[in-house]
Amino acid sequence: MKAKIIITPKKAVLDPQGKTVQNALAQMGYTGVTGVHIGKYIEIDLAPGTDKAAAQQALHDAAHKFLSNPVIEDYKLEME
Amino acid sequence: MNFAVLQFPASNCDQDAVHAVRLLGHSARLVWHKDASLGDADAVIVPGGFSYGDYLRCGAIARFSPVMQAVKQFADRGGLVLGVCNGFQVLTEAGLLPGALIRNRDLQFHCEFIHLKTLTANSPFTGRIPAGKCLRVPIAHGEGCYFADETTLAQLKANDQILWQYCDLGGNVTDSANPNGAVQNIAGICNERRNVAGLMPHPERACESLLGSDDGRWIFESMFAALKEKPVPA
Repeated sequence: MKAKIIITPKKAVLDPQGKTVQNALAQMGYTGVTGVHIGKYIEIDLAPGTDKAAAQQALHDAAHKFLSNPVIEDYKLEME
Repeated sequence: MNFAVLQFPASNCDQDAVHAVRLLGHSARLVWHKDASLGDADAVIVPGGFSYGDYLRCGAIARFSPVMQAVKQFADRGGLVLGVCNGFQVLTEAGLLPGALIRNRDLQFHCEFIHLKTLTANSPFTGRIPAGKCLRVPIAHGEGCYFADETTLAQLKANDQILWQYCDLGGNVTDSANPNGAVQNIAGICNERRNVAGLMPHPERACESLLGSDDGRWIFESMFAALKEKPVPA
């Protein structure tokens, strides 16, 4: 079983990395790009037989408390 | 006064902090992050560095170190806590200070002297800073851009919690004097109770004119004076 967490900067937060990559894409000739936001992807491997619902609950807790900083980031959790 | 200076894996300004406190005539000792006790500390310094390699986010892992439980209890009792650079990051991650520190807006690591305007003398960290004096202090960080949402910023202002702003030589708070894009040029803040503070610049590296400035000592002198007037509750 796997959990996939995508962490992205909140819209209100300055994302200079995203802006830099956006500029680079434009310079490289890619058109039509109106925004780039750079985040994090975390994959968590869970032991076989783990209770899916309980794990999801626990991971939401971990994502909120530790894996993401709610002041500056949003997260999306997917269980596989 | 006894200062406890925390040490996390990859803290690297702990020795400087100990040296600065001792230079100014007080006691300081290192406290390893796994220690659950601060001993008889009168104040705590959370030093600069790259604790845990800045993995995940700066200070995100250090905030869960056993010693931080003791620091939280110490702060809850009114004890003085000063976070410098990575220490400021640890304190925001720990929720002991509001807001967050993010990547510098120009994506560059800035290692240079800056000037600080002190906004209020009403705190144990600024009480002895001469009025109107700009402090010349070095910074060395890649993720020192202070961020807080509008609500939080309004609260910080209303409660006089912004302690220092980046300014130019003339004391003007301008965009060009802002090394990292911090909102409102915020370099350092304190909590509502005014016993916990954090700042990105390094006062412990500015206590000897040989090193380019001794303005940093005013921050420590403020803490010594505050401790003398009001001892830490047991």
